[in-house]
Amino acid sequence: MSIYLNKDSKVIVQGITGGEGTKHTALMLKAGTNIVGGVNARKAGTTVTHGDQDIKVYGTVAEAKAETGADVSIVFVPPKFTKDAVVEAIEAEVGLVVVITEGVPVQDSAEFWALAQSKVDADGNQITRIIGPNCPGIITPGEALVGITPNNITGKGPIGLVSKSGTLTYQMMYELRDLGFSTAIGIGGDPVIGTTHIDALAAFEADPETKAIVMIGEIGGDAEERAAEFIKANVTKPVVGYVAGFTAPEGKTMGHAGAIVSGSAGTAQAKKEALEAAGVKVGKTPSETARLLREVFAAL
Amino acid sequence: MDLYEYQARDLFEAHGVPVLAGIVAYTPEEAKAAAEKIGGVVVVKAQVKVGGRGKAGGVKVAKTADEAFEHASNILGMDIKGHTVNKVMIAQGADIAEEFYFSVLLDRANRNYLAMCSVEGGMEIEQLAEERPEALARVAVDPLVGIDADKAAEIVAEAGFPEELRGKVAETLQTLWTVFKEEDATLVEVNPLVKTGAGDIVALDGKVSLDDNASEVRHPAHEELEDKGAADPLESKAKALGLNYVKLDGEIGIIGNGAGLVMSTLDVVAYAGENHGDVKPANFLDIGGGASAEVMANGLDVILNDPQVKSVFVNVFGGITACDAVANGIVGALNTLGDAANKPLVVRLDGNNVEEGRAILAEANHPLVTLAATMDEGADKAAELANSAK
Repeated sequence: MSIYLNKDSKVIVQGITGGEGTKHTALMLKAGTNIVGGVNARKAGTTVTHGDQDIKVYGTVAEAKAETGADVSIVFVPPKFTKDAVVEAIEAEVGLVVVITEGVPVQDSAEFWALAQSKVDADGNQITRIIGPNCPGIITPGEALVGITPNNITGKGPIGLVSKSGTLTYQMMYELRDLGFSTAIGIGGDPVIGTTHIDALAAFEADPETKAIVMIGEIGGDAEERAAEFIKANVTKPVVGYVAGFTAPEGKTMGHAGAIVSGSAGTAQAKKEALEAAGVKVGKTPSETARLLREVFAAL
Repeated sequence: MDLYEYQARDLFEAHGVPVLAGIVAYTPEEAKAAAEKIGGVVVVKAQVKVGGRGKAGGVKVAKTADEAFEHASNILGMDIKGHTVNKVMIAQGADIAEEFYFSVLLDRANRNYLAMCSVEGGMEIEQLAEERPEALARVAVDPLVGIDADKAAEIVAEAGFPEELRGKVAETLQTLWTVFKEEDATLVEVNPLVKTGAGDIVALDGKVSLDDNASEVRHPAHEELEDKGAADPLESKAKALGLNYVKLDGEIGIIGNGAGLVMSTLDVVAYAGENHGDVKPANFLDIGGGASAEVMANGLDVILNDPQVKSVFVNVFGGITACDAVANGIVGALNTLGDAANKPLVVRLDGNNVEEGRAILAEANHPLVTLAATMDEGADKAAELANSAK
């Protein structure tokens, strides 16, 4: 088991012919991902070849989905056109859309998120889950990669990981490479994102293969504080946390658009305290966090 | 990017939001000329991107142009909460009958927009929200709909405007929404929004924050709003090179890939510094996921030009960028920089092609470069080197 993504997921790549799309299509195939098609309106009807595999390029997401039965899309489209690409995937009712693109205008994200929220099935459940934007995507080691996480850090295992940051995800997977991961998901550091810490925590709680959870946050916003409340009320599995940016000065944006401390809100210390109040052990550094995870895991 | 009040005023005016005359001035002479041009009573307002100007003495009424000169002389150069005032706005005096409050902003937690409105304007909104939360209407705004006539009517009704004012205020709110939407703002705030003696609705003071991503993608004109003079020279240089760099106040230069990992590196280095004379990180520099040799060279160039820097810690986890590319970048950069590279570098590489990367650095055997096996070890070594060079 895993969350959101497994070996049966059928994936299409929006922007498959671009530089990033080409590079990462090759890496995702290498990781075992079942890529069934690509989308580029101007190159519809052509194919791209990776190794011995020819991947057909379709004009629209709807067409690609109808032809291939795809249930996952990954978006490598430049920021100017990202909203249109995501809207297309939502309108086509793709179940999971992973938006890798960095630099998406935040109003565009707010608009495609509002659209995704408005599309529900007969039971009232949202049809399209969005991960990102500005994220490394999702990996279920040994099964599939929909994103840009290096596939060779570690393999399958009992740890679930959710993180705002890409390279910190890699770092933590590396620190715990002997244990392995059920799924590792990078939700992105933008102010408006689709899947949140809370969504991923709920999914890991429900996933029988996941025995313990690592949650990585960073300064800015109050997502970690809200996740802490959720953990207290809903998560029975052990959670270990890490928050980056303890020494970040107020008022400076650190790379991620969301990573800014304004006044007393959004500090790493406040997040740490909220998480600890919810029973989450929080490491001061990635290595200490890995050690704490080992401790709780050994006690299981 | 946060705008100055005068920039917000100009944007408001361009979108048809009712504002009073306002002219920015950098010298007392310009202030006097502006006051003469506007005529009558004016207000001299310090232009700083921080609240509490009035209390700090940065806002003064001038009845004559000579008074405006005098106030501007006092206010220019003033320090308001660490911000030096280098310009003032000369604003037309207003005949204020009533003061209101309005803002629309990105609501991160709910992933939509939030409009806030009150008939009790003028005071600090944080104070109002705390002391009299019932006086502040909070209305969610659907990003796909915005503040249309219906939403504007809902907001003014929630805020408790008297019947006879609702139409006029609602109209202004819709215009302020067009500013938010068309300029890709994350905040548009008017405090106070006033009713004049003549019964007109006017935006008297404005605060606007623009989304940098959107400015980059579709608002080339926003570049002119950037506060180039106020930036640190190293930050300006880094920006021109396309680097994601923030100057900090320590001795250890930091280069890493990915915002989260670099933030984490700052923390780990600061903790390590506690054991080495309390040395601290000198900067934040994220060379990004797809960093080339050139980006690494540019990054090292900026950091080595920081006279405060005593040692450098390069902390890279090879994902999209493989470690051999990073190692080649470091070696190439040191060769390009030649004698300008004169501070010790501690390098920690992990991830894709790490063996190749470490081999390249070992082969180059540069006297300034030390390899570290882990992030903690690298941070400790860099802190030790910075402390011994202090």
